[in-house]
Amino acid sequence: MQINLTINGAEQSAEVEPRQLLVDYIRSTGNTGTHIGCDTTSCGACTVLVDGTPMKTCTMFAVQANGKTLTTVEGLKQNGELHPIQTAFKEKHGLQCGFCTPGMMLTSAALLEQNPDPSEDDVRWAISGNICRCTGYVNIVKAVQHAGELIREN
Amino acid sequence: MYPPAFNYSAPTSVEEVLATLAKEGEGARVLAGGQSLIPMMKLRLASPSYLVDINDVDGLDYITDVNGHVAIGALVRHNDIVKSELIGSTNHAMTDAAPWIADPIVRNRGTVCGSIAHCDPEGDWNSVMLAARAEVVAQSAAGERVIPIDDFIVDFFTNSLEPGEIVKEVRVPKYTGRGGGAYVKLERKIGDYATVGVATQLELGDDGKIAKAGIAMTAVNSKNTRAAAAEQVLVGETPSDELFREAGNAAAQASEPETNVRGTEEWKREVVSVYTRRGLETALAQAQAQA
Repeated sequence: MQINLTINGAEQSAEVEPRQLLVDYIRSTGNTGTHIGCDTTSCGACTVLVDGTPMKTCTMFAVQANGKTLTTVEGLKQNGELHPIQTAFKEKHGLQCGFCTPGMMLTSAALLEQNPDPSEDDVRWAISGNICRCTGYVNIVKAVQHAGELIREN
Repeated sequence: MYPPAFNYSAPTSVEEVLATLAKEGEGARVLAGGQSLIPMMKLRLASPSYLVDINDVDGLDYITDVNGHVAIGALVRHNDIVKSELIGSTNHAMTDAAPWIADPIVRNRGTVCGSIAHCDPEGDWNSVMLAARAEVVAQSAAGERVIPIDDFIVDFFTNSLEPGEIVKEVRVPKYTGRGGGAYVKLERKIGDYATVGVATQLELGDDGKIAKAGIAMTAVNSKNTRAAAAEQVLVGETPSDELFREAGNAAAQASEPETNVRGTEEWKREVVSVYTRRGLETALAQAQAQA
């Protein structure tokens, strides 16, 4: 089936089989920052923003993204400037192995859109669908709150 | 993991959805949020030959106040319930349950009606719907029928929809008097299924006695199950700690949990008893707080 969509501002069109998973399609466009972790809707490594809302793309078909606008981790940086969430993850050491990081950052970016001053509980609740198997949550939470500070300063 | 090949379309009207289902026959399935169906297809526990995706149908994402009930359309996501002021002010058990469905990202996509239709005995919504005595609106090319939730839930992953029918809406009755409710869920971690869940709902008469009671249980039977004997214990009585303990014990007796990785049969029965009592206490406090 023919699909047309936008990924990080770039229009894409492709011929896909209905059963092709969205995460695999995204990776086939070169956006390999979107990771396949558990492949069972649990870990959140495949999270991308679909029309601004975090979705687990291992549990959507590519055909369902027809007409949608997607943001992957590669799309967070704008005009050569890191997104505040990226700066904050770097400054607060919000990652260890980095595998969960794209999903963590996209989920957090969506949270900060709604609430730029989240409490620790707010952050922990928001990222509860993203698993960090290094268990580096303390610095992830610090990073998300720091990103909120950076956003509020601007 | 990949499911077997299937054909797919994403109609933009209910009429087209129904026509496609009628044409494709029993191999066709409706795809709404897909947060249960797609994993089952990837594990090859389900292998529909055709998916009719309803996500592009306009006008199915409503939560509306209709005479005496709240109508929830087929494309209302779990997270819409979390955010809904109407639900927050009309149904305490739904408000409790919504933030405990799966995880925040799944809640952005999964739908209430899809979860109800899925009839997973470990799913939360059907217990809440049983306690509230909700009704499911099924639509087919032949028309609409309204199915009480007790008749809709048949068994393990089995509902009473006929071929060609979709769940268009669920109707959740509003309290007619002073009412309250709760959903108390034990889960090992976010995103896991319930170890035990209990939905409760109470309405008080002008005399302060219990006029209506709803109690239903998650993950302790082959389907979400109404604890009818426990409800009978309550109706017409004056609320008391002793009465709620008795109802809790009656609910535990109606549960048939299995020993598994989440706990033993005996322990889960005990949890049902305690959670029923706690849910009733919460529901009572809410009902009494209303003028």
